[in-house]
Amino acid sequence: MSYLPKPKLHHPKLPTNAIGLTRRDYEGAISTLCAGCGHDSISAAIIQACFNLSLPPHRVAKLSGIGCSSKTPTYFLGAAHGFNSVHGRMPSVLTGAYLANRDLIYLGVSGDGDSASIGFGQFAHSIRRGVNMTYIVENNGVYGLTKGQFSATSDKGSVAKKGNVNTDQPIDLAAIAVQLGATFVARSFSGDKEQLVPLIEAALLHEGSAFIDVLSPCVAFNNHPGSTKSYDYVREHNDALNRLDVMLPRQEITASYAPGALTEVVQHDGTILRLRKLHDGHDPTDRASAMHYLMERKAAGEIVTGLIYVEPEAKPLHQNLGTVAAALNSLGDADLCPGVDALERINASLR
Amino acid sequence: MKPTDISSPDYFHKVVDCQWACPAHTPVPEYIRLIAAGRYSDAYMVNWHSNVFPGILGRTCDRPCEPACRRGRVEEEPVAICRLKRVAADNKGEVLSRMPEIPSERNGKRIACVGAGPASMTVARDLAPLGYEIHVFDGAAKPGGFIRQQIPRFRLPEEVIDEECGFALDRGGVVSHMNRRVDSLKALLAEGYDAVFVGSGAPRGRELDVPGRKEAAANIHLGIDWLASVSFGHVKSIGKRVIVLGGGNTAMDCCRSARRLGGEEVKVVVRSGFEEMKASPWEKEDAMHEGIPILNFLVPKEVLHDNGRLTGMVFEKVAAQYDEKGRRSLLPTGEPDVTIECDDVLVAIGQENAFPWIERDAGIEFDRWGLPKLDTETLQSTDPRVFFGGDAAFGPKNIIWAVAHGHQAAVSIDLFCKGEDVKVRPAPDVRIASQKMGIHEWAYDNAVSLDLRYKVPQLPAEKALRDITAEVELGYDREMAYLETQRCLNCDVQTVFTAKACIECDACVDICPTDCITFTENGEEEELRTRLKAPAVNTYQDLYVQDGLKTGRVMVKDEDVCLHCGMCAERCPTGAWDMQKFLLETAKPKAHACHSR
Repeated sequence: MSYLPKPKLHHPKLPTNAIGLTRRDYEGAISTLCAGCGHDSISAAIIQACFNLSLPPHRVAKLSGIGCSSKTPTYFLGAAHGFNSVHGRMPSVLTGAYLANRDLIYLGVSGDGDSASIGFGQFAHSIRRGVNMTYIVENNGVYGLTKGQFSATSDKGSVAKKGNVNTDQPIDLAAIAVQLGATFVARSFSGDKEQLVPLIEAALLHEGSAFIDVLSPCVAFNNHPGSTKSYDYVREHNDALNRLDVMLPRQEITASYAPGALTEVVQHDGTILRLRKLHDGHDPTDRASAMHYLMERKAAGEIVTGLIYVEPEAKPLHQNLGTVAAALNSLGDADLCPGVDALERINASLR
Repeated sequence: MKPTDISSPDYFHKVVDCQWACPAHTPVPEYIRLIAAGRYSDAYMVNWHSNVFPGILGRTCDRPCEPACRRGRVEEEPVAICRLKRVAADNKGEVLSRMPEIPSERNGKRIACVGAGPASMTVARDLAPLGYEIHVFDGAAKPGGFIRQQIPRFRLPEEVIDEECGFALDRGGVVSHMNRRVDSLKALLAEGYDAVFVGSGAPRGRELDVPGRKEAAANIHLGIDWLASVSFGHVKSIGKRVIVLGGGNTAMDCCRSARRLGGEEVKVVVRSGFEEMKASPWEKEDAMHEGIPILNFLVPKEVLHDNGRLTGMVFEKVAAQYDEKGRRSLLPTGEPDVTIECDDVLVAIGQENAFPWIERDAGIEFDRWGLPKLDTETLQSTDPRVFFGGDAAFGPKNIIWAVAHGHQAAVSIDLFCKGEDVKVRPAPDVRIASQKMGIHEWAYDNAVSLDLRYKVPQLPAEKALRDITAEVELGYDREMAYLETQRCLNCDVQTVFTAKACIECDACVDICPTDCITFTENGEEEELRTRLKAPAVNTYQDLYVQDGLKTGRVMVKDEDVCLHCGMCAERCPTGAWDMQKFLLETAKPKAHACHSR
């Protein structure tokens, strides 16, 4: 960690976005994580994505649990709402917040311990319900805060820093998210912002539960030759499915591609996810094929990254529940307590 | 791009913008840190070794370092480098004992210096500690040359001149021949000196050639001569209405002096536009602050007089026109001429070189502008025994250039007297050392101050105008000086990158406050500059490129707006980035007697 704050002086040509903010305006406090932590790169990618989308920081709610990853919301979007919850309980706190105020943009940040162990059930149900959120797992395969024990996402056969070999099966959170009905599932790598930033942008725009599993090397405990989540290992085994460009509605489309090289997915709000295909035989809108593809590549020892699955016509939780269009926390007493006559009518209808 | 060769001293030297811009290459950040630490004498000595006249330059330097200062590119104004130098001089303790000893045993070589200005004094200072016997000749009673004669006392007190001329000339090994103007180079050479250094300045003020000039001569004065007369106390008053012609720093000194000697309506009139004036912006500001208007785009046409008594001047109004090559010409606008009434005119429209004392057959060749033909590096003339420096070499420049020439010539003279090739120049003394003391602990203060430039306190104008010897600038006190030092970005503490240690985690890219660092595919410089994290548009500033990364990409750092805050090195998990202090001292004559170490 650094003791000094990051100097406020910035590049004289630092661009501003549609709402007049610079990228620096989306930063938070300086990171206290270990130098070189992949999580810091993910924070930088979130900052870049929010800047690119011109999100007003005060319309974002960032929630997290416990762990190295869950510390990171302090390091980005200093002007956003924040909630640092109990270990593994971020998804239910986020669900509650989303139910109370559907107008905010929800960003849940968690780690492999927080989501694949103590909060595994919470993770599953928030995804299953279709909470409109971006759920990012900063996945380093170890318990970093307690000095590097294997986590539930550590690959079988991978070696700890001191030489122990992992004998347990890993949980593939992305595969499980597909299975649980997440309507946007991606995997990426903290060391590849070109891939990660557009994925975060697309996830933030996606109306439904968007899940991104981001491999994020732990420099202190899991960046050694026996690790399967080190910078070197991930770079060597990275099997990128596609490259994503996020096109906002009404944005002029200029680049041209050879036919067949491109898949365009139009989302509910009109945003276009343009995927430059790097692999034949993978259709990101076909859930069964996505599952199959993940299994197949895993068996081949590859780490699939990119946009794995997207359901363009996703229905978020509020739509399923049929709640009013206004945020519940904005309803006044008259709406919430419509009076004796209204109660009578409801009771009568149930008799 | 090819990987940057950081072993070449020029690469990191250029990153230290202020030092690179300084003709004498003063290690600026080094002395600024010493001032911050309250080590004023040490700071003074760092300066003294490089620029010989810290107290004088701290008040009068043209400060090429300040426009170059990186701070000016990331914030509004550069660090007040010049005025911090003065702080070192004002607060220093006893420094005489720290200066190199002058050996009592001489080396048998005798050197003559013509003129006792900054260039000659630098030659004397550099060579005396090596055992040379230096003879300095000057027509004036006291040494200093331009410094003493033309710079007004309200900018530079006489004690400061006396002290620093003394450090150069009065510590032994130098024989000063004051009140002795050299009037023949041949005669001087005949006295058997091993080498002669000509530092006689550009002593002639350019004349005004308009009708009426001769008739009204009694009240028309050449600026530099008039300033010298003021300085020596021969002139104590001037008329109430004064016109100063010219837009250089001498014109600024003239108008401000006139204001103090009874001039009530003093006006500066320049041919060019206000922006293109040669005077430093701060000198123009100081003049205007004293109620002196600067009238531009007026070309002198005629001097008006009443039977030889000056009454005024007529000017033609002009405007700047640019041809397709961007060359400027001043063309009459056709508007009616402007007449300005006045009692005195000071002409400060330029200086010229003059060598009436160098016989045309003395073996020194001159070019068509009347300047000696010199080797620009060695400053040797067509007579190998004779070297030139200061304004005498390439026309009027300034003090800091004169000092730089003095060092260059001293090196040449030393080589020449030893019978060595003067063209084989000694290398600069370069040191580079890691500043790492512990995890996130550096031997330099890497916090970046957000303070804006502190203004130097001045004497109130009404007080200043009453006394021509009252120094206008009061200088920073220690507290203000400390705050100003913190604005320095420590550009000499270099970001040094070791590719083989890098794991490409992007931590440095993410933390860099000014987006200097990019990991990308290599390419040609011009193209590479367009696809960095922030486009590198300042092509004067280098790109630092290193290859040898595992992914085959290159690390590219745009040096332009790096804050040298060390954040990249603090966030680097493997020590691939290190902060290393680069200290360069230009070559001085052999044996390095005048080196700081």
